[in-house]
Amino acid sequence: MSPIIKRKRDKFTLPSKYLLLILTFLCVILMGITFTTDYLGGSLGTISGYVVVPFQRGVSSVGGWLSNRSEELAQLRDVLQENEELKKQVDELSIQITELQQEKYELNSLRELYELDSQYADYEKTGARIIGRDSGNWFHSFLIDKGSDDGIEIDMNVIAGNGLVGIVTYTGPNWSRVTSIINDNSNVSGMILATSDNLIVSGNLELMKSGVISFGQLVDSANQVAPGDKIVTSQISDKYLPGILIGYISDIQTDSNNLTKSGKVTPAVDFEHLEEVLVIKKQKQQTGDGS
Amino acid sequence: MRKNITIGLMIIICFTLQNVLFRSITFGGIGPNLMVVLTSSFGFMRGKKNGMIIGFFSGLFMDIFFGSALGLYALIYMYIGYTNGAFHKIFYPQDIKLPLILIAGSDLALNLITYCLLFLLRGRFHFVFYLSNIILPEIVYTIAVTIILYPIILLINKTFDQTEKRSDQKFV
Repeated sequence: MSPIIKRKRDKFTLPSKYLLLILTFLCVILMGITFTTDYLGGSLGTISGYVVVPFQRGVSSVGGWLSNRSEELAQLRDVLQENEELKKQVDELSIQITELQQEKYELNSLRELYELDSQYADYEKTGARIIGRDSGNWFHSFLIDKGSDDGIEIDMNVIAGNGLVGIVTYTGPNWSRVTSIINDNSNVSGMILATSDNLIVSGNLELMKSGVISFGQLVDSANQVAPGDKIVTSQISDKYLPGILIGYISDIQTDSNNLTKSGKVTPAVDFEHLEEVLVIKKQKQQTGDGS
Repeated sequence: MRKNITIGLMIIICFTLQNVLFRSITFGGIGPNLMVVLTSSFGFMRGKKNGMIIGFFSGLFMDIFFGSALGLYALIYMYIGYTNGAFHKIFYPQDIKLPLILIAGSDLALNLITYCLLFLLRGRFHFVFYLSNIILPEIVYTIAVTIILYPIILLINKTFDQTEKRSDQKFV
């Protein structure tokens, strides 16, 4: 071996101890930056988004296709049976519809009278596919296949079916991260639909094993709240739009201070089998500014 | 260069598999941790430095996509890779006991640190619950996946070694 080549090779080797030290400092500085400022690694998110998201989309679409095919085969028999039953139902329902249409007309005119608007239907929504879930088992956040290029912004509310799923906490150009309401460190300000009492719904990993999350700080002086009551997002929340269904009370008890109540909520959304979600493209802050 | 690209690809593939595929075949909501398998096995196969760098990038990916603070997972995974690299001297490819013990130990360490930093500090004291419902199932699942994944990583490592030997011979 010639000495020239050897020297060149030696030049590039940094002892691993020092490299460890340098990288440790880098990590600590990064952590410090993310804690003290709002910077969340914008450019890093952009670059890695372009690298990883195509893979995730591919795998998730292949996986989705496979699971759909297997489900289709299993369900085919049930579906045929259901079809006949449904045909009968269609006849019954079409009669009901005509009745309902008349009632709806009545309702609309009454609403106009009371100047009420159905807020829920007015929000502009966009559908998104879930392309990845949190890699650890500690938190419940997931990635969707739409990002800032599609007009998604941080703090937009995410719903699925009828219930609240969570909130957008980070956006890349073609992906976003949604933190769900069952995440152990998320809190949502809600209210009981029937009595308009405010409460805080917080995610809890321990309770989530049995399919519920917890709520607290409910002032129910009239003692009217009972299991089964609907909880919706409240007016006073600064991030969540009002009136979105969170879930139903499944268990309630008085706290030891005898003033507030706490208990458990069954979420309206099935978080285990989420595949597609809707992002509401209206933010609470904008709502306030606009009107 | 080719080695680096392969390792980069492996990190991305493992990350994708873990987030998409293994999330749809969870047992009781628990999925395996492929990133630990990758970091740990490259650590004891290729030494401290390689393990450290692979750990850093694996953790960084998780931070970017799911982390609350950038750099936290990168730091933990980096130290896991580095510590595993210390066992490089007593590692033999034929022996599967040491890798399994090291990977299980790494996963345990990772989860304990995660629990302490992200849950214990927020007042979630019910450690036994988290141990029996999250940490231990994850370790068992990870070990099960390791038995399938490990031969593939071993094979890739072998090809690295061969190309390195060949390029050394070229210089001589």
